[in-house]
Amino acid sequence: MEVDRDMSTRRSSTARRGTPAIDAEGLVRKFGDNVAVAGVDLEISPGEIYGVLGPNGAGKTTTIRILATLLRPDSGTARVFGHDVVSEADAVRGRVSLTGQFASVDEDLTGFENLVLIARLLGHSRKEAKRRADELLEAFGLSDAAGRQVKTYSGGMRRKLDIATSIVVTPDLIFLDEPTTGLDPRSRNQVWDIIRALASEGTTVLLTTQYLDEADQLADRIAVIDNGKVIAEGTPGELKNSVGSGVLRVRLRELEARPEAERVLSQTLGVAVETPSDPVALLARVSEPERVSQALAELSRAGITVTDFALGQPTLDEVFLALTGHPAEEGTYMIEEKTA
Amino acid sequence: MTTPANTSHAIAEDALRSALSSSKRPRRPNALSASLTFGWRAMLKIKHVPEQLFDAVGNPIIFTLLFTYLLGGAIAGSPGAYLQFLLPGILVQTVLLITSYTGYNLNTDISKGVADRFRSLPVWRPSVIVGALFGDAARYTLASVIVLLLGLVLGFRPEGGVVGVLLSVALILVFAFSLSWIWTALGLVLRTPNSVLWVSTLIMFPLTFASNIFVDPKTMPGWLETAVIFNPITHLVTAVRGMMSGTVLMGQIGWLLAACAGLVVVFAPITMYLYRNKK
Repeated sequence: MEVDRDMSTRRSSTARRGTPAIDAEGLVRKFGDNVAVAGVDLEISPGEIYGVLGPNGAGKTTTIRILATLLRPDSGTARVFGHDVVSEADAVRGRVSLTGQFASVDEDLTGFENLVLIARLLGHSRKEAKRRADELLEAFGLSDAAGRQVKTYSGGMRRKLDIATSIVVTPDLIFLDEPTTGLDPRSRNQVWDIIRALASEGTTVLLTTQYLDEADQLADRIAVIDNGKVIAEGTPGELKNSVGSGVLRVRLRELEARPEAERVLSQTLGVAVETPSDPVALLARVSEPERVSQALAELSRAGITVTDFALGQPTLDEVFLALTGHPAEEGTYMIEEKTA
Repeated sequence: MTTPANTSHAIAEDALRSALSSSKRPRRPNALSASLTFGWRAMLKIKHVPEQLFDAVGNPIIFTLLFTYLLGGAIAGSPGAYLQFLLPGILVQTVLLITSYTGYNLNTDISKGVADRFRSLPVWRPSVIVGALFGDAARYTLASVIVLLLGLVLGFRPEGGVVGVLLSVALILVFAFSLSWIWTALGLVLRTPNSVLWVSTLIMFPLTFASNIFVDPKTMPGWLETAVIFNPITHLVTAVRGMMSGTVLMGQIGWLLAACAGLVVVFAPITMYLYRNKK
């Protein structure tokens, strides 16, 4: 089926109802002896924000590079809006934009020049390219820095310019590889706002992240990836249910009280209590957070003094521990950095 | 309500939404237009980082002055007499020694990540390299102008006149363009930008010196003379000398253009293959 490539009709999805934005099956990619991607399946619907969650070296970047036509898979197939990423790479490139993990902008050029360059390469006239560059700089709060070389930009500004460059022509699908890694909280919030705005205008977003709360905040669905494989997939709610909707962390004043505290907590909360390496700490995956206050009261009734407690979302490490039985960072630093 | 803070770097949400919804995908640029846009990028880089022109400006001056006065008396009896023989050769040498920049820049683009963006754009793939080579033509032209001006000041008089000189420079540019594809392929194989410069210098230094740039090959030992006669740079220098002195050696020029076509036919596909499959 010939899929309509005209942008103006992209939101009236009648032309491709039922065609997934991404449909990948059994993707494998090796670098020497290292299997970076070991059989990844993904199906992403148009308009969705899809998060790929995993530690460094899990295969996130390699997967994105295959889907963005930058890397050929050793085996498996991937289709983007029905176009094969290998045999119809050019058609795929006409629908997607990529914002890589390392700023994919020219540091010697100014912000304005970077945008005009990409606008011209996409086919805009000189005049329209300049107009579009100004419009995007304004929208991203970068007008003041428009005439400065990108090498003078802060990390947050550079990342915003990078994303702006990706939407010179609003793509049907945008790949964002760890869009907030290394950003300060304020820039991170701005990038989140941009991602939400993109999705609300109909662009499908595939983002990778190492942060569970980021995936939780943004994504409609999440795939957890480890050692090149998808080990869990679902909505943030489903994912958290599989590891407990929250984690209670408690620190005790006295070491000796831990066995008793463990018994009290597991009884009140109705879940298994873990004993991390910290000898005065206890950790419980809580499925019913409302029971937490009761559990703390029970501890105090049993004469156990708590110096510190926190109820929070499970961290990526805890999700990994629950899903895989090993912590996220364990031996997972592999050759994913493209600037090897 | 989430009004963004009114600071200079804040996101203007309404502006963002309107920017997102106002974009229509234009028709793709043709191969030439995309290449010219990449050429424009190369010019912008020269504007922002003029230091990169040091050797395009410095080499011609140093080489012309040094060799004219150092060797002129010994080889031709006087610097003035030698200059008439040397200058076309120096012109060739200075341009060819700075051809490796395209490879250097390509390697830099890849290590910085901007190449990923270019590679994910729906444009004619070689345009990024062809465009960079267009930009380099500006660098070669600048070096040529400096050599020629300096030569004229020192007393070089091309009998071939303006036409002969322009044709010479054009031939050198075509050759440099073709030769650059070797360095772009190298730029995709080697790991760092500097190693591209080193390897190309290691190749070009012996090639330019073991030619007829500085002395007549007849004065060399037989084995070297044979090597020099097969050196393509010798053919280029002979053709350029001919045109500058007013004789167009059609056979020589035809041979050179065929060699240029050969270089492009072999190394352009290798470069594009490596570029397409770059990790």
